[in-house]
Formats: sequence, structure tokens, C-alpha cells
Amino acid sequence: MSRPSDHFDSPAPAETSIPAGFEGNKGGAGSDDITQPRLGLVGYLRWFWRQLSSMRTALFLLLMLALAAVPGSLVPQRSSDPNGVTQYFVDNKTLAPILDAFQLFSVYTSVWFSAIYLLLFISLIGCVIPRTKHHLDALRTPPPKTPARLARLGGFTTTTIGAPGASDARGESDTPDASDASDRPANSATIIESARKLLKKSGYRVATFTDADSTSVSAERGYARETGNLVFHIGLVGILVTVGVGGGFGYAGQRVVVEGQTFVNTLLAYDSFNPGRFFSDSALAPFTIKLDKFDATYDTQATKSFGMPLDYRASVSTTQDGVAKQSAIKVNSPLNIGNSEVYLLGNGYAPTITVKDPTGNVVFTDSVPFLPQDANLTSLGVVKVTDGLASQLGLIGFVYPTQDKTSSGMSISTYPDAQYPVLSLNVYQGSLGLDTGIPTSVYSLNVDSMTKLTGINTDLPSIELKPGETAQLPNGLGSVTFDNLKRFASLDVHHDPTSGWVLFFAIAVMGGLLTSLFIPRRRLWVKATEKDDGSIVLEYAGLARGDDPKLADAVTDLATRHAAAMATLSSSGAMATLGDSSTNAAGASSAGKNT
Amino acid sequence: MTQALEQYSIILIYSAMAVYALAFIGFALDLAKRSSTVKNEALAASGPGAPGDQQLVGASASTGRGSATALAERPTSTAAATSTAATTGAKVAGKGRGGASASSGSSSGSGERSLALRLGVTMTVLAFVLQLVGVVLRGIAASRVPWANMYEFSITGTLLIVAVFLIVLVREDLRFLGTFITGLVLVLLGISTVNYYVAVSPLPPALQSAWLVIHVFVASLGTAFFALGFALSVAQLLQNRRETGTADAKGLARFLNFKLLATLPDSVRLENLAYRINIVGFAFWTFTLMAGAVWAERAWGRYWGWDTKEVWTFIIWTIYAGYIHARATKGWRGSRSAWLAIIGFAAVLFNFGIVNIFFKGLHTYSGL
Repeated sequence: MSRPSDHFDSPAPAETSIPAGFEGNKGGAGSDDITQPRLGLVGYLRWFWRQLSSMRTALFLLLMLALAAVPGSLVPQRSSDPNGVTQYFVDNKTLAPILDAFQLFSVYTSVWFSAIYLLLFISLIGCVIPRTKHHLDALRTPPPKTPARLARLGGFTTTTIGAPGASDARGESDTPDASDASDRPANSATIIESARKLLKKSGYRVATFTDADSTSVSAERGYARETGNLVFHIGLVGILVTVGVGGGFGYAGQRVVVEGQTFVNTLLAYDSFNPGRFFSDSALAPFTIKLDKFDATYDTQATKSFGMPLDYRASVSTTQDGVAKQSAIKVNSPLNIGNSEVYLLGNGYAPTITVKDPTGNVVFTDSVPFLPQDANLTSLGVVKVTDGLASQLGLIGFVYPTQDKTSSGMSISTYPDAQYPVLSLNVYQGSLGLDTGIPTSVYSLNVDSMTKLTGINTDLPSIELKPGETAQLPNGLGSVTFDNLKRFASLDVHHDPTSGWVLFFAIAVMGGLLTSLFIPRRRLWVKATEKDDGSIVLEYAGLARGDDPKLADAVTDLATRHAAAMATLSSSGAMATLGDSSTNAAGASSAGKNT
Repeated sequence: MTQALEQYSIILIYSAMAVYALAFIGFALDLAKRSSTVKNEALAASGPGAPGDQQLVGASASTGRGSATALAERPTSTAAATSTAATTGAKVAGKGRGGASASSGSSSGSGERSLALRLGVTMTVLAFVLQLVGVVLRGIAASRVPWANMYEFSITGTLLIVAVFLIVLVREDLRFLGTFITGLVLVLLGISTVNYYVAVSPLPPALQSAWLVIHVFVASLGTAFFALGFALSVAQLLQNRRETGTADAKGLARFLNFKLLATLPDSVRLENLAYRINIVGFAFWTFTLMAGAVWAERAWGRYWGWDTKEVWTFIIWTIYAGYIHARATKGWRGSRSAWLAIIGFAAVLFNFGIVNIFFKGLHTYSGL
């Protein structure tokens, strides 16, 4: 069987014939009432396999897949929004662990989601393999024999051709003899031959049949429809396998690079790193990227979109295999280097801050990336001074690229570019909590065992610095200097050896889909029957295999073109004038059940 | 300059909305007229023949041969008897489409339907032209394609819905869907001009890509086909109720037994039409998904990341894939598959109206 038994085009079980558009459950369950023999293990396996590869199961799994994908859009996912998940746990203390137990924070890798799509794909393979085999056979098989009663098929058209020379024909039909028998079939054979040529020229595969009283040509076209269908489904399997297996060889890593810094592609250099299942260090191509300059352009023209970003450009110097190069990374144009792609996914400010002890020794100096908080790049960052001072020191700072004050005296940034940059710092003294060995974020400060020295709720105002300025720390701890304001770029390095294959299969899926949906597969027949009175009855009919809105047109068109072809033949005397014709535009798509 | 163009654009959009409203009224009057025609016929023709058969005589009179020309708009029962012959004639004279049943002749006949209907179509074309100019001016004002935020996507998307409707009208008489199409477009334009309007602003770096032109445009085109397919599926379900319903049908079935349905194609033909429209939409949607993946690979470094918009695009794709399979599954062809097309379009609207605005994700380009 080429298709699952409950496919619409499959022959109905003997006792039930299902009309088009029939609603109900009768179809495909023809074996329900039959008392079956006890099934052995193999029998059960076969039964299970048939159930799994049936249309109805596939459809059910497909709709389940759509339904199962929904929760992943309602609840933040670890894969796409890890911070959202953390926040969700904070906001919904009782609900979150329950959802987590059902793997709702990683829906698309969850057991239940995987089960659905794996079953679906097994079902699909179970459907595709027999169909492929059947189709390969069909490709080598000539079109089937012409049905006896064409009048029952789609677009049935009939034409009668009068006898060539009435008296002769009359006489011959009265007393058939050897010469007559050789003459007549040649006549209808010529007609069918011209139809055969016509169909062949239109891309049909043809076969002619002759029986006792008729000659006919059977033609079929649109094998590409089924080919496309199979390519579509095989392409989907290809994508799944490539993503599932091949994806394990890739990696993705993130790294924040400040202007002037160099990133070396080693595991330790990454801020975060997501290796595939089969990743090994050797997959990291040796290259370095130095961020020379980061340029951001903002809109200054329109009032409504003032300050909106127009362009981000990271100018980088790269070295690979001893070759140095200058390149640029932009948002929609990643840098290809080694076996990887480097993407520009974010940017912000990194003020260079120096902290000195009371005697003037530098105890801390670095460009510290601050995280952007709003569209005007008000940025928040933390400096941790662990050693060199009387006690550990923590600084929580804001960078205002273009500082302004609200009426209440609060600092805000009014423009994302650094037109009037100000760094404001709150100083905390005490234990940074780093000595316990528990990993902490560089972007947050645990102030549980620290004392706030400046800012709100203290005696001193926050320290405010412009580039180049220095301020004394409270309690004679030392001084802090805002040396300059640099930009940082957040780079994503991706290596996916299989993306080309995924694209290849995706194109196959697209091509297969278009072919299978829009190329009609149909059979056409032309039959010539000789009548006793010497006339020849020509019958034209078609059968749609799958959706084919143009079937009736195709049959009518064939009849018209055939008539024209015969008219040219008749000039040689073989044909007579055309007789009456009538058309029966029977339902094209509903005719599909008749074979 | 930009601001002036922007102003002209919005004025044209508002004008188009006014004309769509007129078109909507025209189409609605036509539907009302169809109902009353059927009712009067039912009274006049107490003889044999279903209401549907009688109705189509009037419609096919202009194309039919012989006695059909003599028929009045409201045929008597004797005229109804000849209706079958007239329809056959109309069909042979016309394109003779496959799958045509008796009542489909009425819809594909050239149809002196009513002044209201012709006005509806004319107004729709006029509104379309106004909207087209409005959308183009918006694009010129922004010096880029006019579909980079929710408002622009709405005006372009609705324009495409109307365009697809008008193009399909050339080949199939689906004017009975005019009320739905103009109504939908009117509502969507109303929502977007009131709630989504943003002034012209430059493209953020993430959208500066040729894929914006392709991916978003094809997505809107797919949406347009799904909208039409949705309308046809709804009509199919209603028609199916009428066809299977008996005289003593109760409840919803009876309530839905609109008289005007008798003037529409039968449910099998509606289903075939819906299918043909929806598979075009599905092909566009598949392309949208893939073009989006290619773009995501370029812009975000991965072709698929289960971003909320990606998830919903996938869900819609799966629902319509289900629809196509349902149509090939025994027991699912007909009404059940129609429901899937309806659910699919509901998901499309959800994806556009709700996911864009209320869901967190990378596709945050609504401009709001």
C-alpha cells in the first residue's frame, strides 16, 4: 500500500464508499467490526506500526505539536531568556517550581515535546518509506489500462465522427470481411495515434490499448507531485536529523570586548560558552579579534525619533594564521573568521576607573563594562576593589552618556551618545563576600555585609565625576579617578558546521512543497469505439489524483486540440466531419475514488 | 517634506477607510437583498426544486442559452424546471470549472446581481487605490519599505488582503465575501491608526537588511491569503449546516440557516476554493519561516531560537500543515478541516495583534 489506509485517496473498504466531504468516523476504520484472530507479538507490533503511520495519528501528532509549542511562548525559556526565568522564580515562588517540574522553562527540549515530535517523525518515516518504494515502482510502470466506462469519470466528453463514405461503411458493416477488418482499426488507430502524440507532447506518459471493439490511449502526468511530496517530507526529516545530530558539533560563546582590548579565541576568554554535545577544544579555530573602535550613530534629525540608533559599527583588527586584517562587524553583517561567525549583538559604555590608596599607589584600574538600562544608555556597573586598601571596597556606579538633571535633582541621560558624560558612584565599605568561594556576578554587588558611605541615606552625596576628574573616597580610604569613557561591544562567536545542510534541506522542503501542492497529477484517456454504422465514437475523460481544480478544463482542452489535430488529418481523407459533442463536467475532485 | 508626505499618507488612509465603509454597506445591502430574494422565491415557487436551483436561474440568465433569456429575475415554478438546462448551458459557455455543482453556476455566472454589489466592488477598488497611494507615500516619506513597524505592517497587510481579494475576484466570483473582507480591513485599519500609529522613524540597525523587504512582505502576503481562506472556510461551514440541516433543525443550526446561503456556492465548492487559497498562503508562510530563519542566522547568529514570534510562526505553520493533511484524511475532510483553517487564521491574528505587543521577544519592532 502506497499510502496509509485512511488517506482520502486510498480505496475504501469494500462495503463502505465514502462520499466527498463526508463527515464522520466511518472511514478508515473498516476493520472495527471484524472479529480478529489473536495477535502475537509480531502482530501487535505490526498493528502498532500501522496505527502510528496512519494519517489520523500523524494529524493528531501534528496538532499536538502545535498545542505543545504554545506554553513555550507564555513562560520564559532558559534557552532564549535565562534572565526571564530567574525573574520568574523570584516573582512566582510557589508556581515556578511546579512549572519547572513539568519542564515548562525548557519546553522545546522537554521529554513531552520531544516525545511528540519524535513520534511524529517516526510516523512520517513510516509513511514515507512505503510511498517512496511505491512511487519508484510507479515511475517505471506505464499508465494503467483504460477503464471500461469513461462516462463515470471527470470531465467526460464524447464526440461522434461520421463514417467516411456512407455507402461503403454501410456495406462493410453488413458483411464484415478480412479487408474490412484491416481497414477499420487502422482508422481508429490513426485517431488514437494522433491523441497519443498530442498527450506525449504535453508531457504525459502514454500507453495505448486495443481490445475487441475499441482502441484507446491512457496517459498520466504529474509524477513530480508525488516526488515533490516525498522530497518535502524527507527534507523535514533531514532538517530534524541535521539539527539533532549535527548541532552537537557546534558551539556558541559570548564575550564583551572593550575598545582597545583583544579577544583570543580560547575557552577561557569567553564570558559565557555553550558547547554542543560533541564539542572539543580543537573546534576552536585559533584567531584573535581586537576591537579598535566602536561607532554608534544616532538620529539627530527627526524630533520624534531623536536619539534612535541608526548604525552600529565595530571596527576590528583580526589575526588568523599569522595574517592580520582590518574588518568591520555590523548588526546584519557578521564577521566570518576561522570556522566561525562573529556577531555584534550588543554594546554599551565601559568607563575606565582607577582607585588609589591614600599614598597614591594604584590598587585598581580597569575599563569596566556597565550594562545599559534604557534607550539613552544610562548604564549600571560595579567595581570591586578586593585588595590594597584598609578594607574591601565596592562601588556601584551609573554612567550618564549625556547627563541632565530632572527638577527633583535626579540624574538622567537624555541622549545615548557621550556628549556630556558623567559617572556617579556610591561607595560601599566592608566585605565583598568573595572569600567564601561562591561565584558571584561581576555586574552585581552583595551589600549585605557592607556599609554605604555615599549617596541616599548617608551623610555624603554620591561622587560625580567627569572624564579626567578625581575625587577623594570617604573615610580617607584613597581616591577614585574617572580616566575616560570607552565603548564596549558584545560579541557572539558561533560555529555551526551543519547550517549549510539545514539550508539545503530547507530549500528541498520549499521546492518539494511547491511541486506537491501546485503540480496537478492526473490521468487522461481517449477511447475510440467503432460503431456498426461506421461511425467512430470518441470518448475523453480524466481522473484527478489529489486536488486538481483544472481537470475538467484539461479534458475539454484535450478534446478541442485533438479535434484540431484530426481536422488536419482529415484533409488526407482519413477523417470525416465532427459530429455532435456534449460535455459532462462531472465533479473533478470527487471523481478521485473511482479506481 | 517627510512630514508633509506623512500627513498626506494618513489622510489617504482615512479616506480609504471611509470608502471601505461605503463598500461594506454596499456588500451588506447585497447580502440582505439576497436573503429577501430567496424568501420571495420560496413564496412564489411552491413547485418542485430547491431554493438554490431557482435562485441560479436569474443569475445565469444572461449567459444561459435559449429559454433562459426569457426568465424573469424571480422565476416561477415552471421556469425553475428549466433551470437545470440553463445552468448546463451557462457552464459550457463559461469556463466549465471542475467540481461545479448546480448552485455554483449562480456564483460564477456574470451576475446582474445588484446595484449594491457592483457599487461595493467599485468602492473597494477605489478604496484600494487610495490606500495604495497612502502606503506608497508612507514608504517615500520614510525612504524605505512601508512595513517596518506595527502601523506600517497593518496598512500594508490590509492593502494586500484587498489586493488578493480583488485579484481572486477576476477568476472567481467571491463577491459575497466583500462584507467580510472590507469589514475586516476596516476594523484592522481602525485599530492600527488609533492604537499603533507612530511617526516615520529610521530603521534600527537590526532591521537594516534586504530580508526586511522579503521576509515581512511575504508574511503579509501569506496572511492575506489566509484571511480569504478563513472567510471561505466559515462560509463552507455555514453552507454545510444549511445543506445537512433539515426543516426541523433546532438551535444554532436553525439560527445559522441564513436564507442568503442559498445564493452561495455549495459547501464542496467552497471547500475546494478555501483549500486552493489556503495552500497558496501556506506556501508563502513556509517561505516566511525559512526567510526568517536565514535572516535570524545573519542578524542574531542562529537560525532558530524559539523566540516567541518564531514559536507562533511555527504554530501557525503546523496548524495549516494539519489542515492540509486533514483534507487528505478520511473522516476529516469537510467541516473538521475547515475548523483547522479557522483556528489557523485565529492564530495568525493572535500572532500579529497579541504576540507583537504583549509578548517578550526579539521581534520587538512594533515601534510602540
